[in-house]
Amino acid sequence: MLEFPRWKYWLVAIVLLIALLFALPNVFGEQPALQVERRDRVAMDDTAVQTVAGVLRAGTVQDDGMYVDAGRLMVRFRSVNEQLKARDLVNESLSGDLRSALAYAPNTPAWMRRLGLKPMPLGLDLRGGLFLLYQVDIDSAVTQLLESHQQGFRRTLATAQLPFTDIVSVTSGQAQVPNALRISLPAGSNALAVRDALAKENPDLAFNVVDSPSGPAVDMTLTPAQIRARQDYAIDQTRTTLSNRVNELGVSEPIVQRQGLDRVNVQLPGVQNSAEVKDILGKVATLEFRLEDWQNNAYDAQSRGRAPLGSKLYKDQNGQPVLLKRELIATGDQLTNATSSVGDQGPQVNVTFDGRGGDSMFRNTRSNVGRRMAVVYVEKSRKTVDVAGQKVERDITEERVISLATIQSVLSNQFRITGLQSGESRELAPLMRSGSLAATIYPVSERAIGPSLGQENIDKGVMALLVGMGAVFVFMVLYYHVFGIVANVVLLANVVLLTALLSMLRASLSLPGIAGIILTVGIAVDANVLIYERIREELRNNVSPQAAIRAGFEKAFSAILDSNVTALIAGLVLWVVGTGAIRNFAIVLTLGIATSMFTSLMGSRALITLMYGGSRKVSKLSIG
Amino acid sequence: MEFFHKRTNFPFMSTRKLWYGLSVLLLVVSFVSFFTKGLNLAIDFTGGVTIEAVFPGAADIDAVHSGLEAAGFREPQVQNFGSSRNIAIRLPPEANLDGPALRARVDAVLKQVDPRAESVNFEVIGPQVGNELRQSAILALSCTLLLIFGYIALRFHTWRLSLGAILAVMHDPILVLGVFSVTGTLFDLPVVAAMLAVIGYSLNDTVVVFDRIRERFESSRKLDPKLALDQSINQTLSRTIMTKVVTLIVVVALYVLGGPALKGFSEALIIGILAGTYSSIYISSAVALDCGLKAEHLLATAVKKPVDDLP
Repeated sequence: MLEFPRWKYWLVAIVLLIALLFALPNVFGEQPALQVERRDRVAMDDTAVQTVAGVLRAGTVQDDGMYVDAGRLMVRFRSVNEQLKARDLVNESLSGDLRSALAYAPNTPAWMRRLGLKPMPLGLDLRGGLFLLYQVDIDSAVTQLLESHQQGFRRTLATAQLPFTDIVSVTSGQAQVPNALRISLPAGSNALAVRDALAKENPDLAFNVVDSPSGPAVDMTLTPAQIRARQDYAIDQTRTTLSNRVNELGVSEPIVQRQGLDRVNVQLPGVQNSAEVKDILGKVATLEFRLEDWQNNAYDAQSRGRAPLGSKLYKDQNGQPVLLKRELIATGDQLTNATSSVGDQGPQVNVTFDGRGGDSMFRNTRSNVGRRMAVVYVEKSRKTVDVAGQKVERDITEERVISLATIQSVLSNQFRITGLQSGESRELAPLMRSGSLAATIYPVSERAIGPSLGQENIDKGVMALLVGMGAVFVFMVLYYHVFGIVANVVLLANVVLLTALLSMLRASLSLPGIAGIILTVGIAVDANVLIYERIREELRNNVSPQAAIRAGFEKAFSAILDSNVTALIAGLVLWVVGTGAIRNFAIVLTLGIATSMFTSLMGSRALITLMYGGSRKVSKLSIG
Repeated sequence: MEFFHKRTNFPFMSTRKLWYGLSVLLLVVSFVSFFTKGLNLAIDFTGGVTIEAVFPGAADIDAVHSGLEAAGFREPQVQNFGSSRNIAIRLPPEANLDGPALRARVDAVLKQVDPRAESVNFEVIGPQVGNELRQSAILALSCTLLLIFGYIALRFHTWRLSLGAILAVMHDPILVLGVFSVTGTLFDLPVVAAMLAVIGYSLNDTVVVFDRIRERFESSRKLDPKLALDQSINQTLSRTIMTKVVTLIVVVALYVLGGPALKGFSEALIIGILAGTYSSIYISSAVALDCGLKAEHLLATAVKKPVDDLP
C-alpha cells in the first residue's frame, strides 16, 4: 500500500494556492503612468484627484484609469506620449502643491491591488535607470565628535577652575584615525580631580589618568561601540539627506540604502541624465537659528516688498510671511544631534548643541523668553544654466523656515521643540540632522542603463527561461513518460512558488536573478531524477510498483538533502557577501533550493500517490 | 527511453591513473596560465569605465578606437559585444571620477563615428570599489570552500572519503579559473557567483556515489573496494548523466539566448558542471580508493564502535 497523509495533501494544495495568488500579479505587465503626490505628503483625497483629472481633461489627455495607492495618485496611460503630455500639464498648472513622477503602473486588476498583491519590482538592469554609489567620509564624522567633546571639556574645566595645558586629538591603540583626546596638565596638578570633574559631566565617556613624558595627563578614548555609533549616525544622516533630495527629483520608486560599512547607494529607475541628478544630490545643506523680529510686522514688510533694516523676510511652513533677525544665534555645524520622541507635551524634537552653540543659545535666549525662534534650512546647489547659449554654472541658495517655535525658557545646549504634530516631529528631526554639518560624500561608482537595454535584458532572460524549460519538459516526458509529466508539473509549481516568494519579499529582480530562476529549474529536476532513477532501480530488482515508489522516495531523500545543503551553503555565503544584482542571484538561488525541496518531496509525492497510491492494484508504472 | 538499458559495468577504477595524469596536467596548465597570464578582469574588480553602445549598422571598431585615442583616452579597449552592431568600450580607472563629463566625452566620439550611435550602458567603478569587490569575491570563495570542507568532515566518517571530496571540490573551480585564464574570457562578478554555484554543485555527485558505496558495503562486507566503487559509480551513472544533461540544457539555453551580459556566467557553469561530473568519478572516488578505503571504514558506526579512524 502506498499512502500519503491527508493533511499533507492539504498542505501542498494550500501552499500552491497561496503561491498562485502571489505570483499572479507578475503576468499582467505594466503601463506607462504618472505618479502624483502632494508636496506636503498628505494623502491625495477625492478633491485633489478631481483637480488632476480636470487638468488632464482640459488638456485633452486621455487617461486609462487612475487610482490612489499609499496616498499617491497613479494615472495610467495607453502610450508614453500621453504620459509625457500629462506630466507637462500637471507640472504647468499644479506644480505648486503637487509633485509628479514618471512611473510604470502594474496592470493588475483592482481587487488584487486592494489585497496588496504586487508584481516583483524590476532591478535597474531590467528597467533602465541610474545607480550612484557614494562614499561617506565616516572618519571625519568621528573627528567632528572629538572636536565637540574637546570644546565641552574646555568649558567644564574652565568652570571648575582646573588649569590645563592643552587638549589634543590623539590616535590610540590600533586605530587609523584619531579616536582619543589627551588633556595635558601642568606639572604637579591633581589629575584625579580633573578626571573626576570630566567624568561627572560626561558619564558615558571613559577617562584615564596617564603619565605622559610632558607631565600628567588625562586620556579619553572612544570605545569601539561609540565610534561605530557615530559612524552609523553619519551614514544614517547621509541616507536621510539623500532620500529627501531624491524625493524632490520626482522619480517613482527610488531606493536609497546603506551599502557596506561606509557607503550609500542611490537607485533611480528611469533616470538617464546623471549630471542633473548629481547636481541635486551634491547640494550642501546647513541650518540657521534666528530670532523672530517681533518689533516689525511681517505682513507690512511683505506688501512693501522690503524687510526693515536688520531683518530678512521669509515664509514659514504654511506660506505665511515671517520676519527674522539677520543676527545668527547658531548654525547647523554646531548641532550635534536632533531626534524625535514623544514627551509629556506630545511629539517633540530633542536638540543637542555643542558647547559653542549651547553658549550662544544661552546668551540669546536669556533675554528673549516668550519670543519666537526660527530654524531655517539653507541649501546651496550648483546648477548649470543657459545664459544666451552659454552654459554657466550658478550657485543657487534656497532658504526655508522648517520650524518656528516660542522660547519658553532660557535654553542651553540641550532643549526640546514641542507643540508639534507627530508627523511634523518625525520630519523635522531628520531635516535638522541633514542640515547639521553633514559628513562629506563623494561618488565612487556610477551606472546608467538605457531603457532599451533593460527591455532587451528582460526579453533575453525570459526567452532563455522559456526555451530552457520547454526543452527540459520535452526531455523529461520522453525519458520518464507519465512520471516525466509529473516532474514537469512539479517544476512549474516550483517556478510559481519561487515567483510568489520573490514577489512577497519585494526583492527587485535583476538579470542574474533571472539566471538564478533558470538554474533553479535545473536543481529542481535533479531531485526528481534522483527519485525516479531509484524507483527504476527498485523495479529492476523486481520490487512491486508501489513498494518501488515508496523506496524511491525514501532512499533518495538523503541524497537530495545532501546535494541541496552544499548548494545552500554557496547560496547563503553569496547572500551575505554579495550586493545588488549578485545578492539577488543569491536570494533566488537560496529560495529556489528551498522551494524545490518542498515541491519535489511533497508535491511530487502527492501527485504520484494520487495516481498510483491507495489500495488499487498497480502492475506497471509509466516511468519509461 | 533510457541511456543504459542493461546494467553498465564500466571498469572506471582500473583506468584511474590515466585520468589522474590528465587532471594533474589540466591543473598545472590552469595554474601556470593563472599565475603568468592571469585573468581578464572586468572593471568590477579593477575599477574603470565600461560603455556599451549600439550602432545602426556594423560598428567600425577601429574608428571608435582611434577616435577615443584622439580624444585623449589612455589605452581604450573596444570590442564587439554580442553582435556586430553592439560594442563595448573599456577604459582604465581615472583618479577623478566625474561620470557625466566622461560620458559626454565618449558620446561625442561615438557621434563622430556615426551620428546615430547611442550609448545604452555606462558604468564607472572607482578603483577603491573594484579593489574591495575583488577582496569580497576572494572572501566569498574561501568561505564557501571552508564551510563545505566542514560539511564534508561532518558528513563522511572517514578521512579517506573526505580527502577525495575536498580534492574534487577544489578541482572544479580551479579548472573554471584555468579556462577563463587561457581563453581570456572576461571575468566579472556574475562569473564569481557561478563559481560559487559550481562549488555547491560539485559535491552533489560525489555525495550520491559515496552514499551508494556505503550501501554496497552494507550488503556485502567482503566486497573488494575497487569492485564496490565501480559498482556504485555504474549504478548511479544514469542518474548522474541524466541530471547533468538536464542542468546543461537550461544553462546552454542561458548561454545561447541570455545575451552577452550572462555569457561568462553561463560559460563558467557549463565548465563547472562538466568538471564536476568528471571529478566525482575520477577524483573523489579514485582518491578514496587509493587512500585504502575499506568496508570497515564506512561501517564502523553500524557496529557501534567508537569512531576514530584518524591515521
